[in-house]
Amino acid sequence: MFAYVVRRLFATIVVMAVVAFFVFSLLYLTPGDPAAVIAGDAATSDDIRRIRANLGLDEPFLVRFGGWVWGLLHGDLGTSIFTNLPVTRLIAQRVEPTVALTLCTLLVAVAVAVPLGVIAAARVGTWIDRSVMAFSVLGFSVPVFVLAYILILTFSIELDWLPVQGYRNFDEGVWEWLRHLILPSIALGTVYMALIARITRATMLDVLAQDYVRTAQAKGLAPHSVLVGHALKNAAVPIMTIVGIGIALLISGAIVTETVFAIPGIGRLTVDAILRRDYPIIQGVILIFSATYVLINLAVDLSYMLFDPRIRY
Amino acid sequence: MAAIALDLPRSASPTWRRLKDALRRHPTAIVGALVLMIMILIAIFAPWLGTIDPQAVSPIRRLKPPSAEFWFGSDMLGRDVYSRVLYGARVSLSVGLAVAFFSTLVGLAIGLVTGYIRWLDAIVMRIMDGLMSIPSVLLAIALMALTTASIQNVVLAITLAEVPRVVRLVRSLVLGLREQPYVEAAIAAGTTLPRILVRHILPNTVAPLLVQATYVCASAMITEAILSFIGAGTPPNIPSWGNIMAEARSLFQIAGYLILFPGLCLSITVLAVNLLGDGMRDALDPRLARRM
Amino acid sequence: MKSTLRRLAGFVVLAAVAALPASVALAQSQKVLKFIPQADLRILDPISTTAYITRNHGYMVYDTLFAMDEKFQVKPQMVDKFDVSKDQLTYTFTLRDGLKFHDGQPVRSADCIASIDRWSKRDALGQKLAEATESWSAVDDKTFRLKLKKPFPLTLEGLAKPSSNVPFIMPERIAKTDPFKNIDDTTGSGPFKFVKAEWVPGNKVVYVKNTDYVPRKEPPSWASGGKVVKVDRVEWIYIPDSATAAAALSAGEADWWENLPADLIPLLSRNKNITVKNIDPMGSMGMIRFNFLHPPFNNVKMRQALLYAINQQDYVIGIAGDPKNGNPCYSYFTCGTPLASEVAADPLKGKRDLEKAKQLIKESGYKGERIVIIDATDQPMVHAQSLLTLDLLKRLGLNAEVQAGDWGTLITRRAVREPPEKGGWNIFHTWIVGPDMVNPAVNFPIRGTGDKAWFGWPTDAKLEELREAWFNATDQASSKKAADAVQERAYEFVPFITTAQFILPTAYRSNISGVIIAPIAFLWNVEKK
Repeated sequence: MFAYVVRRLFATIVVMAVVAFFVFSLLYLTPGDPAAVIAGDAATSDDIRRIRANLGLDEPFLVRFGGWVWGLLHGDLGTSIFTNLPVTRLIAQRVEPTVALTLCTLLVAVAVAVPLGVIAAARVGTWIDRSVMAFSVLGFSVPVFVLAYILILTFSIELDWLPVQGYRNFDEGVWEWLRHLILPSIALGTVYMALIARITRATMLDVLAQDYVRTAQAKGLAPHSVLVGHALKNAAVPIMTIVGIGIALLISGAIVTETVFAIPGIGRLTVDAILRRDYPIIQGVILIFSATYVLINLAVDLSYMLFDPRIRY
Repeated sequence: MAAIALDLPRSASPTWRRLKDALRRHPTAIVGALVLMIMILIAIFAPWLGTIDPQAVSPIRRLKPPSAEFWFGSDMLGRDVYSRVLYGARVSLSVGLAVAFFSTLVGLAIGLVTGYIRWLDAIVMRIMDGLMSIPSVLLAIALMALTTASIQNVVLAITLAEVPRVVRLVRSLVLGLREQPYVEAAIAAGTTLPRILVRHILPNTVAPLLVQATYVCASAMITEAILSFIGAGTPPNIPSWGNIMAEARSLFQIAGYLILFPGLCLSITVLAVNLLGDGMRDALDPRLARRM
Repeated sequence: MKSTLRRLAGFVVLAAVAALPASVALAQSQKVLKFIPQADLRILDPISTTAYITRNHGYMVYDTLFAMDEKFQVKPQMVDKFDVSKDQLTYTFTLRDGLKFHDGQPVRSADCIASIDRWSKRDALGQKLAEATESWSAVDDKTFRLKLKKPFPLTLEGLAKPSSNVPFIMPERIAKTDPFKNIDDTTGSGPFKFVKAEWVPGNKVVYVKNTDYVPRKEPPSWASGGKVVKVDRVEWIYIPDSATAAAALSAGEADWWENLPADLIPLLSRNKNITVKNIDPMGSMGMIRFNFLHPPFNNVKMRQALLYAINQQDYVIGIAGDPKNGNPCYSYFTCGTPLASEVAADPLKGKRDLEKAKQLIKESGYKGERIVIIDATDQPMVHAQSLLTLDLLKRLGLNAEVQAGDWGTLITRRAVREPPEKGGWNIFHTWIVGPDMVNPAVNFPIRGTGDKAWFGWPTDAKLEELREAWFNATDQASSKKAADAVQERAYEFVPFITTAQFILPTAYRSNISGVIIAPIAFLWNVEKK
């Protein structure tokens, strides 16, 4: 297994290198000019030219790429063109909200969807099953921001139960932290929940038809422990796969959720950076995104070993 | 001996018969197909369904609620929402169908090859991982900034994001099919690789791919709406359900109809496509449910 | 990074321990003003950029030598006494007592001179002043002198310039930075201090009251008068989504929203706890700008044609929504200010004449060239204008199209001088705040200096001649005449077309008082109950 992990980690570095080069090239070709944005509306072409020169944006591709990679190897992700703050600081400021949002969403989604899927499978064909499936399909059909607006309208404005927007740091009080994450997690998590519920149900149905389940039932085991103890454990692998694949969904959705709920997370940081052509931030964030994504998938693959003793690397 | 290619029956025709049979047993799928058909017809016949020019502005008549003159109301520039929603079907459906088509095609090609050729597999899967780790939203914004906002860029960006999913599916199918006895027999008989891929493996991927394509189509339509929200979607003077909602988003409390009608159409269509996909999947092979 | 680790450790700490919101008790004793700004503050240097959000930041942490009041009069701010020689060639300024920078250092003449120098290298009016300047010299730490080569009537107006770029006074060491490079150090002598450690770009900007600031005794009027800060702390909370911002204001999560889109006025007005008001007397001017380098708008008849076709009423409604929030403005200078007039404005003001427009188009020899309008979909006021203009051009039978992107793309693309097929453009729209259009000095779109002009690069010697004449006007009457002459020529040459004057209203909660009526949202004098 150790060799497997090492191999996968090595592959991760390769992936990141590919992504880094791809992103850097893409940005280099993008005809947006941060100097123009910095200069402001009343500027002249001369102003822009001088600012560009000062920022070192006129140097050739390899020089800039090389410089960036060199800094990377020293743990320096560069400096934001606009704010002159180090990219690492900007990202560090925004990591907590995004991680908090994603974790909450993940927890909520799994905690709600897996039981729903299990129950639907256990009661296949009944109204419970049908409603879970209906919810699942509906969950896919509404765009995140529409759902977000409906939630805000209902719970923040009409009922005044939850705050409209913003993020409170964990160390400022857990209750406030949680309150500000409830609506965003629901909005973001609905699609995720739909996906997980559906896969869980399908997998459980498959597993429940297996011989060993019938044996367990024949042996007189309570249905509940058959479900959880035997069936669910075997269904875990495909479920975990979906959880891993869904991370990409989460990141995309997080961008929208962060915009609507004004959560200062990495998603919004990236969108703003792209719209302003603040290259160092874009490069830094995408690199981190891809590293996170690949590492999470590695974790998911390793988790298979927990659930299925037949799987060994 | 070497020249004989074993002509094994393709699984095509029994599949279609099974499909029709099973669809009859899954009415929701029929409903889904019907609704989709209706939407497509609306999109095609939009000019003849009581619409006016969807881009005609009339500032004096802005933000009027639904009435006899403006069936779905008018937007912030006085454009007729009904006309925009109907013409918007064209763009949203085109994006959905185009993405489904291209991502399936490209994903199929890549998946077939990598599933079969081992050494290519490792490289390609790493690239797919890399591609998947860049959220489609960011890709779309970058593309838009690179050239200009256009439908082609949106389709390209979403397709790039969906291809890895299709590749994964095809690859797992190919890996499974490769071990089948009739494939081994074909290899033993000396069938060339392209022939094996086309005659034996490909037909067995059609069914699951079709199902996957419907999900991709549904997902693409939603993604287009999200991209419009961020500002990297289809250019707003040409309406799509997504950008009608995006343009009107700050007005959802005072002119909710601007979001209601396109939102409803989008949700209903996506729902229909999803139901169709579910039905087809259950009809063709319920075991697919585990993987999709 | 260390604080991130600390925060992550916090995740692990059990909920029971962290349940006490420790900061709430502290916050209750402080008055915190929560302000939703018009944009996100990214650049801290108000000289290197003209962005309005940076200018607003400048007003928080810096102070100026002179300032303009609501009657457009120049009033001393940091200056205590000043003297102008009879020949108008020598100005002597003496600073007030007690002026200190945030680091405790006193404000000296050298700081003022260095700051003005940096400002004059970027700002157009400042450049003109610099041309007329022979020298600046410090008599002692509190007195300094300006010697001119020739009389420059706008000297004090320049030093009191309300909008971008504002001649803010910085410490000498910072003012010595290259004016094309952004400064980092926000030390100033203004009524607030910037708390850099709490700055989260894209989300939050924090200022605290400068307890060492010595305000003037007069009541505040625009940027002049006493800047008395009545809160302890100000937080700028940037909310990108206007629906969310409206909800936040309604729920009391913010106190004051700088600019709301006109369409949300009815929604917020319904709320008893919110006041929606037009505090900006000058508003902003929307405009169509042409590319003078390429056909068809390099031909003056094409531009004149549009004067007869543009219906400002449409743009007022399209941009401002409600006619209450905007009005047509048939002047090249901000309507409602001294130099605005309707001289020569008949083509734009009179009854719309599409036939005449089509006639002029024919006379210009238009061969059906494609007209590219570059649009920014994330700027509602730019976007609305683009669509309205597109509609009009199509009705005139012109081959026009809109190419959409975001604001970043637009301002990059408008700097391209190539023809439209090669990445250039024919038309773009924008809007400029009133103070930046009041006279031929600050009004940058009206300049006809070709290569050195604003994007579009119009060249017109006559326009420049008349502008120079205005600079040399010595009294009010001749200044008005000279401005009229400029406008007359502008209507002949058409450097741009004003589409409407609109006012972005502001909204604040009922526990806020003391909001100053001005074109800029000043945060001193504001109280929160």
